[in-house]
Amino acid sequence: MSGASRTSEVLEITTTAGVVQARQQVRALAQQCRLSLVDQTKLITAASELARNTLVHGGGGTMTALLLEERGRRGVRLAFADRGPGIADVDLALTDGWTSGTGMGLGLSGSKRLVDDFVLDTTPGAGTTVTITKWGR
Amino acid sequence: MADKHVSERLIGLLSVRGEDLGAEWAERVTGSLGGRVARAEVERELREIYTALVAALADGSLDGHGEAFGEVRALLTELSRNRALQGFTPTETAVSVFALKQVLEPSLAGEDGDVEAYLEFAGLLDTLGLFTIEVYARTREELISAQAEQLLELSTPVVKLWDNVIGVPLVGTLDSARTMVVMEKMLQALIDTGSEQAIIDITGVPTVDTEVAQHLLKTVVAARLMGAECTISGIRPGIAQTIVALGIDFGDIVTKATLADALRHALRRTGNTVSRTAPQAGAR
Amino acid sequence: MSERVPILRIRQVLLVSIQTDLDDQAVLLLQDDLAQAVVDSGAHGVVIDITAVEIVDSFVGRMLATIASLSRLLDAGTVLVGMRPAVAITLVELGLSLGGVRTALTLDKGLRMLEDDHAERGHEGIAPDVAAGA
Repeated sequence: MSGASRTSEVLEITTTAGVVQARQQVRALAQQCRLSLVDQTKLITAASELARNTLVHGGGGTMTALLLEERGRRGVRLAFADRGPGIADVDLALTDGWTSGTGMGLGLSGSKRLVDDFVLDTTPGAGTTVTITKWGR
Repeated sequence: MADKHVSERLIGLLSVRGEDLGAEWAERVTGSLGGRVARAEVERELREIYTALVAALADGSLDGHGEAFGEVRALLTELSRNRALQGFTPTETAVSVFALKQVLEPSLAGEDGDVEAYLEFAGLLDTLGLFTIEVYARTREELISAQAEQLLELSTPVVKLWDNVIGVPLVGTLDSARTMVVMEKMLQALIDTGSEQAIIDITGVPTVDTEVAQHLLKTVVAARLMGAECTISGIRPGIAQTIVALGIDFGDIVTKATLADALRHALRRTGNTVSRTAPQAGAR
Repeated sequence: MSERVPILRIRQVLLVSIQTDLDDQAVLLLQDDLAQAVVDSGAHGVVIDITAVEIVDSFVGRMLATIASLSRLLDAGTVLVGMRPAVAITLVELGLSLGGVRTALTLDKGLRMLEDDHAERGHEGIAPDVAAGA
């Protein structure tokens, strides 16, 4: 009963349209598990940042979405995976204002603040996976 | 294999003594509830559970968590929820299951009794009894969190102080969750009323911690992003010291000593002027 | 295939109302179109209405800040109107301040804001645009 999860959906993110699709899919899931409006907005925004990272820095990848149910509360878990160059200095990448490209340097650090759980798994040369979770209240 | 035998013997016993057992069971349960649930109601509940129990045993299983006992657990869930909502104790809830053990004891544990079957059955009833307590606890938890939410709604009013000026008087200890609710309600009220000025008055708040202070700051910044101005009033000396000691920077956020000062500031910002005239005749 | 956001002109003000979930290319396209429109029209203000926008991420945030800076260089003010509370809270949490972008609760208040500071800078108020026909 605890930790039971439903079917997962996998979305390819290879174009900017993929980023829009990711937002729309996450919105549907967030509504399904009745996140508050503010929590929905935070989750969709975080997903948008991470989907764009996957596309721009990872050269494209996937978003795997999962609805969670545990101890009577529901949540959404999203995993963004790419096979790009990876991140050499994780601490630096999670610092506000640090940017490797053209962004504002808030993608990773900012989206971490928007969710309840944030796991960054990266191997230089082999790719990056960022997994985030947001729980309903 | 052994399970199969035991459950068959149990079915035999439960079926043969069905009527007697049912009556005695209902008797014990009704007694322990002090007459707060009608006998007929108890009998109906127990008869359903009894039927489901026999059906589950007929499946040859003695595992209370197993699939065969799904129906039994569903009925127990309903019973436990009702007991919890009606204010009965966990004991008064679990007794519905444990009483059956006592009822069966004489016939199973006696001289020529079936000790093996009794022990197996006692184990099964323990599992089901604990299950009722779990459901009971979960129901109470849900009740508490629902009440906490209602309290949150009640304790955070947003009031209109003047045309285009709203106020949020906060009283009592602020925690992170409550501050967040206040934040959202106030920002929505800005839109609903078209107010460009908001005042958060914390005269009634004894202390703030870092997290709450940060939330207040974020509220002010969020209001600004929406095109409104937010003033914080009624900061007690103690809280001011905390804020300084914690090293939280209130930056260019407007703070006023009293709600009156904050209102005067807000009125000036909305283009109103406040002036004093001689009291009118007849006015006290 | 990115869609183009229409830029409306009301007297001396350019109005952009974002109604759909824009992809990044559409956002950049809007930034370019708007800069061009400010130059072409000689407008003294830009109002961006985001009443219908459900999320603003750092990419859109950067676009908004850039438009504000660009139009300031071109002697036009920018006002962002209609931000939803959930969007504002999320932006604060994200750490985006939208430095320099002015905001107003509603379109009406935003237009008045532009009118006021145009008058302050010594120009006449919003008058029927005689020169625009050129």
